[in-house]
Amino acid sequence: MIYLKLFFEFAKIGLFTIGGGMASVPLLQDLGVRTGWFTETELLHMIAISESTPGPLGINMGTYVGYTTAGVPGAVIATLGIVLPTMVLVLIIAGFLQSFSDSKYVKDAMYGLRPASAGLIASAGVSVAMLSFINKEAFSAHEWGAVVEPKALVLAAVIFVLTNYVKKTKGLHPVVFIAGAAVVGIVFRFAGA
Amino acid sequence: MKVNELLDMFLTFARIGALTFGGGYAMLPMLQKEVVEKKKWATLEEIMDYYAIGQCLPGLIAVNTAGFIGQKRRGNIGGFACGLGVVFPSLVIITIIAAFIGGFADMPAVKNAFAGIEVCVVVLICNAVMKLWKKAVIDAKTLIILLAVFAGATFTDLSPILFILAAAVAGVLLQVLGGKKA
Repeated sequence: MIYLKLFFEFAKIGLFTIGGGMASVPLLQDLGVRTGWFTETELLHMIAISESTPGPLGINMGTYVGYTTAGVPGAVIATLGIVLPTMVLVLIIAGFLQSFSDSKYVKDAMYGLRPASAGLIASAGVSVAMLSFINKEAFSAHEWGAVVEPKALVLAAVIFVLTNYVKKTKGLHPVVFIAGAAVVGIVFRFAGA
Repeated sequence: MKVNELLDMFLTFARIGALTFGGGYAMLPMLQKEVVEKKKWATLEEIMDYYAIGQCLPGLIAVNTAGFIGQKRRGNIGGFACGLGVVFPSLVIITIIAAFIGGFADMPAVKNAFAGIEVCVVVLICNAVMKLWKKAVIDAKTLIILLAVFAGATFTDLSPILFILAAAVAGVLLQVLGGKKA
């Protein structure tokens, strides 16, 4: 029964993915080798698509693999496989936290967790920034003059000013800036493609 | 009434899922706008807690955070409504692309658009972090925790779970020891 196997395999991937979608890549590699559902090249293709569409990376990968393996029902079942078992676990823990939220120790732990959470998010921002502002080929060829992507820096500066300092635009929904950045990316060929 | 509210939660998170480009962190600016500012379902502090705990649990950060917010608002069924909502747009979009658009990721327009979007996401995350900073850094000790975790996560390959656990322990120790002195 392919559907049952899909659900079970993706439930396993969901339960062993800790700390974000990219952590599921080695598990997917292993899945491809064991089942023959997709090749290494297909996996790379899936990662590229997952990264260039909205939504959490892990979900996108699950849906894509599920669809290529067993059509639309496969896509739904693989996605539910990733989400449902971990959701049950999260809800149990959320309920537990809710009933202890007045405890002094939980409050003390949160005192340390909040700055840690902000630090981790800042670090994730830096790694995305490295990807978009640094030209990797120039970096590895030690052509220091061409390392920084000037177009990306200018766009970043403009968005930063519009979202923080211009009264008319700073309250706008983030999607406005995302759509604008997509258009600028196409017009000025940000990926050089 | 209750069904309407669950539907509202599902649709709000579906919108957030459809507008999140990149991993769970890229969802933060959308959560700020939709959940904190518009719907007032959670505070920024709570979202920080959910991110921290969501990272240490199995599963995807975006789905875990959605589950926490939904659970707090409407119990387990609310958690499922938000968690499934955030997943729904991916399911539809990816299935369409897989079925009809071969070579989607190789199209020049797609590549260029996403290079532009990536830059925007960096700035949006930066703005989100500045807001979090004001909420999380309330004294010198929390500033040190923030900088230490940032440096550790940026310059080492250690798992984020280690930093989260260490920060929770540090929080308890600092508060308990500090409380005694005062």
